[in-house]
Amino acid sequence: MENYIVLAISCIFVNNILLAQYLGNCPFLGTSKKMETAVGMAMAVIFVLVMAGIMAWITTNYFLKPLNLEYLTTISYILVIASLVQFVEMFLKKSIPALYSGLGIFLPLITTNCAVLGVCLINLKEDYTFLQAVVASFSYAVGYGLALVLFAGLRERINIARVPQPLQDTSLGLVTAGMLSLAFFAFKGMA
Amino acid sequence: MAQSIAKEFTKGLWEEIPPFRLVLGLCPTLAVTKSVDTAIGMGVGLTFVLVCSNMIISLLRKIIPDKVRIACYIVVIAAFVTVVELVMQAFTYPLYLKLGIFIPLIVVNCIVLGRAEAFAGKNPVLPSIADGLGMGIGYTLSLTALAAIRECFGAGTLLGTPVFGPWFHPFTFMVQAPGAFVCLGLMLCIMNIIGSK
Repeated sequence: MENYIVLAISCIFVNNILLAQYLGNCPFLGTSKKMETAVGMAMAVIFVLVMAGIMAWITTNYFLKPLNLEYLTTISYILVIASLVQFVEMFLKKSIPALYSGLGIFLPLITTNCAVLGVCLINLKEDYTFLQAVVASFSYAVGYGLALVLFAGLRERINIARVPQPLQDTSLGLVTAGMLSLAFFAFKGMA
Repeated sequence: MAQSIAKEFTKGLWEEIPPFRLVLGLCPTLAVTKSVDTAIGMGVGLTFVLVCSNMIISLLRKIIPDKVRIACYIVVIAAFVTVVELVMQAFTYPLYLKLGIFIPLIVVNCIVLGRAEAFAGKNPVLPSIADGLGMGIGYTLSLTALAAIRECFGAGTLLGTPVFGPWFHPFTFMVQAPGAFVCLGLMLCIMNIIGSK
């Protein structure tokens, strides 16, 4: 049990997927201009990442490893993720329309979010057991959501401020992300 | 004809140079620019994938049904990424270890899919190849420039050889995660200043 808590904390804070491992940065900058979109994206990532982590683990351990097809990892993972996202989208649209309209446009965007594929590959590299993979995927996703929501809060404040013209938008966004990353960097001392 | 191909090639080098003008594909930009050698390795790998996938997608653009085009594009891209992965593992093993999961992650690099969707899916083969080559080289140049700054100040070396005298104390902030964000943000700002004149 203790191991899982340590794993969760290390995935959320110390090895934060966005700010320490640099994964999933395009949607990070794209969806963080408003708090609502940031929260929507964070929820969608948590939802899809856990399912993708489970599916990727099953794919590796029940199909690729017994058949010695490990060199097909990249192709099979991306196909699993793409079809999973499509399936989740159709399922939500039919059965939970409220959640679907909340996540809405963020679901298809997730296919090309490198955080999802990245976490699946990290789980594979670390050789996690099934339960560890689930905990790690969930914690990485929570870390992603946390960083995204914090960053959106910062960015909403910056929008009010007067910024020199060349620094506007993405440029200052990146510098702000650097400052946030510096704050998360302090957690490295806990490891 | 030759002129338009040249135009597709050169637009990737300045007008639409990724990742500055097209803010896409940031993750590898931040992650592999700790040192110049990994940046060049990543750039070459990405250029190869971009040229090949642009070529194949442009050849198949009339066969691929419109509704499932994204899935088809991803499969083509993933196939070429696997090629790059296996070749790097066989011939440049130290580089393969350094780049780690960022080689398979070329699949979800938005630049590759973005060019497939925006250009190769609509244009003939030769301009698509030129477009892929231009974007790839532009991306490599940006990565190398960023990596040169970060390695130079963060570690005091360039491609492993020291550039400063023994008095230099490395500014380690630059090679760590926060430095990557700040450095890219400032470079974007400089590009904006030059571009707006």
